[in-house]
Amino acid sequence: MATDKRTTLDSAVATLESGMTLGIGGWGSRRKPMSLVRALLRTDIKDLTVVSYGGPDVGLLCAAGRVKKLIYGFVSLDSIALEPHFRSARQNATVAECVEYDEGMLQWALYAGSLRLPFLPTRAGLGSGVVDVNPSLKTVVSPYADAEELLAVPAIRLDAAFVHLNRSDIRGNAQFLGPDLYFDDLFLGACEPGRRFLSCEKIVTTEQMLQEASFHTLRINRSMVDGVIESPNGAHFTLCTPDYERDEKFQAAYVKAAGDTTEWEAFQNRFLSGTEADYQNAVLQWRKETSS
Amino acid sequence: MSTDITLADIVVIAAAESFRGDGEIFASGMGTIPMLGARLARATFEPDLLVSDGEAFFVGNDLPLGGSDKVIEGWIPFRSVFDTVWSGRRHVMMGASQIDRFGNTNIANIGPWKQPKAQLLGVRGGPGNTISHATSFFIPKQSTKVFVEKVDMVSGLGYDRAAQLGDTVMRHHRLPRVITNLAVFDFETTTHTMRLLSVHPGVSVDDVVANTGFVLEIGSDVPISRAPNETELATLNRLDPRGLRHREVA
Repeated sequence: MATDKRTTLDSAVATLESGMTLGIGGWGSRRKPMSLVRALLRTDIKDLTVVSYGGPDVGLLCAAGRVKKLIYGFVSLDSIALEPHFRSARQNATVAECVEYDEGMLQWALYAGSLRLPFLPTRAGLGSGVVDVNPSLKTVVSPYADAEELLAVPAIRLDAAFVHLNRSDIRGNAQFLGPDLYFDDLFLGACEPGRRFLSCEKIVTTEQMLQEASFHTLRINRSMVDGVIESPNGAHFTLCTPDYERDEKFQAAYVKAAGDTTEWEAFQNRFLSGTEADYQNAVLQWRKETSS
Repeated sequence: MSTDITLADIVVIAAAESFRGDGEIFASGMGTIPMLGARLARATFEPDLLVSDGEAFFVGNDLPLGGSDKVIEGWIPFRSVFDTVWSGRRHVMMGASQIDRFGNTNIANIGPWKQPKAQLLGVRGGPGNTISHATSFFIPKQSTKVFVEKVDMVSGLGYDRAAQLGDTVMRHHRLPRVITNLAVFDFETTTHTMRLLSVHPGVSVDDVVANTGFVLEIGSDVPISRAPNETELATLNRLDPRGLRHREVA
């Protein structure tokens, strides 16, 4: 009997512990596993090392004081360039340690992690502020005739990984239907088996996936996944093309609330104090109120 | 200058000119004016350029800003963008919150990195871009706060830093143009320090100097930045029917 990996948001995050290294898939404000992040906010887990091409996932975890160390290629909301909680976390130095990489360097760190290599070489980052502010980064000299000195980007290994895909079967074969996989396969690949969680818009049969799109979209296979959670609208308010686009109005409301302590408290009470179903209901209610 | 030609038109032409001679590479524009520059260059004098929709596709037709009627000629998700960056087959025009006379740029943060006074975008792809391929810059409002003696965080390598890394890096590193609301600059001097290439109509060399926080190379005869010809202006209006470029510079 094949393994049925279906689980729930709360059971998934219950396997995490304070102090772990968590990788979060997606890109900026695009296809972020937000329902898993919201579930994580319902626990007491803290002192996390978070690795991300960051968006509101990083913002929310920083705002809630759950991040001890942040490793990022950037943190942005795309259509709104600056993530407000990340911004204040940096400006108030509330995250104990930050590691800022060039976008390509972060891919290399995750790729090295997923290939079980200690590092991968690149020119990206050399001579830039990235090496000025990350003095632990080392270089490596090509052993061939060119003898070029390259940056050795150290591998990142994760204790837990969250990604959100469009479709998955119950075994964790998953499908992206939008224009970009981003680096979700590398986040899963760089993660130790046991806590590789994949939420999706819809769980379908294996056969149904190829009825919807070509085999090129099947970039996540079940050997890369430990738990599957059906979580409709789970990437909200980030985009999850073609199931839905970014909720720009809600994102703008999030940014506005983040700028003021009282407003942020009200936002948390309204949207982040209950279950995922409560969140989705609160968003529906908010939409009704603001659509007139 | 004809009265119906605006500063934005001059600036887009300068942006397009920075891609002249690039051939069959990815001309990548970050923001309205750089994107228009790349699309205008391809629609006129540099027809082999590849341009993207800013999401994940190369667009084969002359797509207006905000247009959706695109002919997709290729797929370029982020990991293919990184591959293209590192291969060198790209010329990007991006912004800079600070730039120094060697072309070191900063989009990352103002004040010390450890605890910035203002967290901006972070280094993003700047280090990989500048060490791999041609990088030009568009700066909508030049001032001594932007044209500085020393940038707070190096997100993009200038010529002095590239030179310290040896011949291979120097071969790939190139900063063809810096374009502002006042003037156009390059680094084609013996010391690779910034040179004033042209001033926009109505701008004096003194205006430029007053808004520059370091010593510029200035020739004895600084030309005026060129205006679009009729064909270029018609094409530009087709590529930007809503006139979004006029909101960028004034």
